[in-house]
This record gives sequence, structure tokens and C-alpha cells, in this order.
Amino acid sequence: MEIDPFIFRFSIFILSIFIGYYVVWSVTPSLHTPLMSVTNAISSVIIVGAIIAALAGKSENVFDTANIFGFLAIILAAVNIFGGFLVTQRMLAMYKKKKKDKK
Amino acid sequence: MISSNLLAVFYLISGVLFILALRGLSSPETSRQGNLFGIIGMAIAISVTILSAGNFSTGFLYLLILLLVGGSIGAFIAFKIPMTAMPELVAGFHSLVGLAAVFVAISAFLNPEVFNLGFPGKIKIASLIEMSLGAAIGAVTFTGSIIAFLKLRGLMSGSPIIFVGQHYLNLALGIILISLIFYLCKTQIDTWFWTIIIISFLLGVLLIIPIGGADMPVVISMLNSYSGWAAAGIGFTLENTALIITGALVGSSGAILSYIMCKGMNRSFFNVILGGWGGTDQSSSNKSKEKKPVKSGNSDDAAFLMKNASSVIIVPGYGMAVAQAQHALREMVDALKKNGVKVTYAIHPVAGRMPGHMNVLLAEANVPYDEVFELEEINNDFANCDVAYVIGANDVTNPIAKTDPQSPIYGMPILDVEKSKSVLFVKRSLSPGYAGIDNDLFYRDNTLMLFADAKKMTEDIIKSL
Repeated sequence: MEIDPFIFRFSIFILSIFIGYYVVWSVTPSLHTPLMSVTNAISSVIIVGAIIAALAGKSENVFDTANIFGFLAIILAAVNIFGGFLVTQRMLAMYKKKKKDKK
Repeated sequence: MISSNLLAVFYLISGVLFILALRGLSSPETSRQGNLFGIIGMAIAISVTILSAGNFSTGFLYLLILLLVGGSIGAFIAFKIPMTAMPELVAGFHSLVGLAAVFVAISAFLNPEVFNLGFPGKIKIASLIEMSLGAAIGAVTFTGSIIAFLKLRGLMSGSPIIFVGQHYLNLALGIILISLIFYLCKTQIDTWFWTIIIISFLLGVLLIIPIGGADMPVVISMLNSYSGWAAAGIGFTLENTALIITGALVGSSGAILSYIMCKGMNRSFFNVILGGWGGTDQSSSNKSKEKKPVKSGNSDDAAFLMKNASSVIIVPGYGMAVAQAQHALREMVDALKKNGVKVTYAIHPVAGRMPGHMNVLLAEANVPYDEVFELEEINNDFANCDVAYVIGANDVTNPIAKTDPQSPIYGMPILDVEKSKSVLFVKRSLSPGYAGIDNDLFYRDNTLMLFADAKKMTEDIIKSL
């Protein structure tokens, strides 16, 4: 008997929760703010759904209601992707070690 | 065009890169590389999706324009935002992810053929459940984050908004949501789908308004978690591995952060969510103690004390963020170091308005991260330290958390500043902190209160040094 593909996806989901659990516990507390901004940025990968929705249908008919929602989601996700990664980069650039040659 | 198998492999690669992005955050050295992995993963996911759509027509042009517009707005915000405003920025970004999830779910519902989910009116049951869950969680995340944003930004009062029967109302709404999803699957009538989204919007508002300003670290982490689960729900609908992996990662990350924050306050998650803490009893608790004698000093006294100390521990709190005092603080520490004083920083898990808030601010002021310590690492050092300089923190130092079982913060882990030889408290007034309780430390013999704005006082101390 064939296994429903849903089960495979569900397995990926459950295993990813475990990966997330162990990976996040190993994040140093001083980087919890960048952790939040980077998780926010990567969750915007939802943009792939938006792109599929936006480009669906015939080319002469781009402004179907479903497409419009796709386009709207693209803007929102794009703000998040660029904003999230860049602000994370900006924060991480500030974390410096004590300079050895100080004084 | 790319075959769907190849596409799935690329999504898997993105998912793995996202895992590495989080893994990089285990230390500041590897973190920048981690962020790069995240960016590459995102670039891969977006490019292969566009390629697979293979529709290089008008729609494609709009897509590029919108990506550019959204991207520039995001980049602009990312470069302009002051570090003190990180909590509201993150809350605002969460709301966008939530709304994007709602929009994707709507277009999947309106146009299911594109996603291989069946036809309008005949959508697969499993897909219907997944997309309505994704839409519902996304909608809760959206409005919830907006409320959190307004509270953090100060556009809305941070005090909890409570009314009779609130929790029952939320419970009822939750039950209605589940039954609506059930009816939607049974009848496929789109009215139910829209009702689910509207009720979820309402629920998001109702869930966050009773939670007070000081509990915002928990709220932000929780909304972070929700945005992940919403993404995962949509990932199941779209049968997309990258989304499922990411959703699970973000979901568990937010959940862990909420747990850490709750533990930092010694409160259960439900206690925080049910809210209504610390808003109302503020006036009653501090009246009785108004007459106690307090030693207050000026910047010269503080400078004298610290200059002659051999070790100083700085305890920053939300007040430092509000006053933007982190740069002045760093200068003060530099001046102290020139006098041979050993200076370290102690950070309580719930200091500030989001996890790790103080660390980012200190990093911004060029404080090396290896001088900054977490509660467990440094708490024993207070006993051997000459001066504790408490700047903008209050409840996290209150010894009542250890002594009085009646106190609302009883059992909360605190920084043992009372053990140091002398304590300098920079504060505007004797008013209690967010927990609404008086701090016994203010009245101790070895405490010197410095009544002033955190930044101004710190600058004055620099002058006196």
C-alpha cells in the first residue's frame, strides 16, 4: 500500500520541530534579538506561495482576485525579507569582542 | 521550467540553509555567516519558484516591481530604525508575515487549481483544514502583532485592558473557529472561510489587549512562534518543504523564547497569556511606604564611589533603552577603566521589552560582548563587587522576590545587587516598576539613589570622573 505524501510532509514537520528545539537552545542568550529578527526573515519564505499565486492563470488576465492577493502578499513578504535580513546583519555587525590591543 | 522533483530538492536546500542560519547564532563569531546562509536560502527559494512558474509575461514584470518596492521599503526601515526600537520593529514585521499568510491562504482558496488542491467548491479536505488553520493563525498573528506594536510604540497604553468574561469570550471564539473549520470542510461554502478570517482577526486583538507592558517579551516571542505555525500551515497546503521546515523552526524558536522569558519571571505561560498583571494594584502598594528615609546623592558622589572601587557591575534595564543612555554608559565605563576599575555588565533575562534587547543596545554602544554576562554567570560576583550601578532596571533587582511569598514576583530569579558593598540606583523617582511593587533596596543603608534621567546622570558622572 502506498503511503499518503501528507505523512512524509508531516514527518518532515515533526523532525524540523526537533531540529528547531535543539538548534534554538544552543543560541546564546545575547543573540536572542537577532534570533527573532532572522526567524522573522526566514518565515517570509511564504513568499514562494505568493509568487505561485500571483503568476497563476493566463498572462492576459493578471488581475484576477486570487492573483491580486498573491501580489499583495509579495509586497508584505518582500518588506520582511529585506528588512529582516538587513536589520539582522546590522545588529550582528555590532557584536565585537574585546580588542586585545586596547590601551 | 524545472521539474517538480528538482524544485523539491531546491526547497530542501533552502530549508537546510535556514537551519544553518539559526545554528550560526550559537556564537557571535559564526552569526554573520549564519545570516548569509539565510539570505542564500531565501534567494534560492525565490529564484526557483519564479523559474518554475515559467511565466515571463506581464505578471512577471509586476512581480519584479513589487519585490523591488517591498524590498526597498524593508531595506529603508532596516537602516533607519534605531536599535532602541527593535521590539516594535520585530512586532511590526510579525504582523506582515501573518497578513501575508492570510493572503496566500485566500488566493489558494480562490484558485485551488494552481496549487493542485482541487477545484473551487471541491477542495481537498486536508488542504481546506491546512489553509484555514494557516489563515486563522496568520490572522491572529497579524492583529495581535499590531496591538503589540501599538503598545510598544506607546501609541496605546501599556496597561492591561480587562473586562468581565474576557477569557470565556476568547474560549467561545476559539470553539466557534473550530466548528467553522468543520463546517467549511463539510459544505465548502466560502462564507465560512471569510468568517474564520474575520473571527481570527478579532481573536488576535482580544488575546493581546489584556497583557501588560512588562510582559511584552513573552508576547513578542509568542507571536514569533505563531507566525511560524502559520507559515507551516501554508507550507502543508502548498506541499512546500522549505515552508514546512521554516515554519517548524520558527514555531519552536518562538515557543522556546516564550518559555525562557516566562522562566525569567517565574510565571507560567498561561498566567502571562491570561494577563492583567501589575496594572491595577500599583497605587495601593506604594502608599504605605512613602515615608521611609532614602539616601539620595548626586553625580559627584557616584563618581567618587565608583572611582575608588576595584570592581563595578552595571545592571541595565528598560529605562536605559528609553533614555538612550547606552552610549553615555559606555563612555563612563571607559573612564572608569582608565582608573583601573574592573567593569562588567549583568543582564537579566527579561530586562527590556524583548529577549536579548539589552545585549543589542550594549553592542550598539561598542561594548564588547565578552564583558556582558547573563544572570547565572554573574550572580555570584555581586558579593565581591564594590559598586552595582543599576541603570533603568528595578523589579529584576528586587530582593522581595526571595523573601515575601505574598509578592507577585515571588520566586522570580533576581540579580543579587543587594549583596554588593554599595548600590547606585539611577532612577527618575521612587515609583515602583512594572510589577507595581515597591523595591526595598531603595531604603537600604548601602543604597544611594541618583534621581535623574539615566542618560543625563551618566553624562554628569563622566564629567565628575
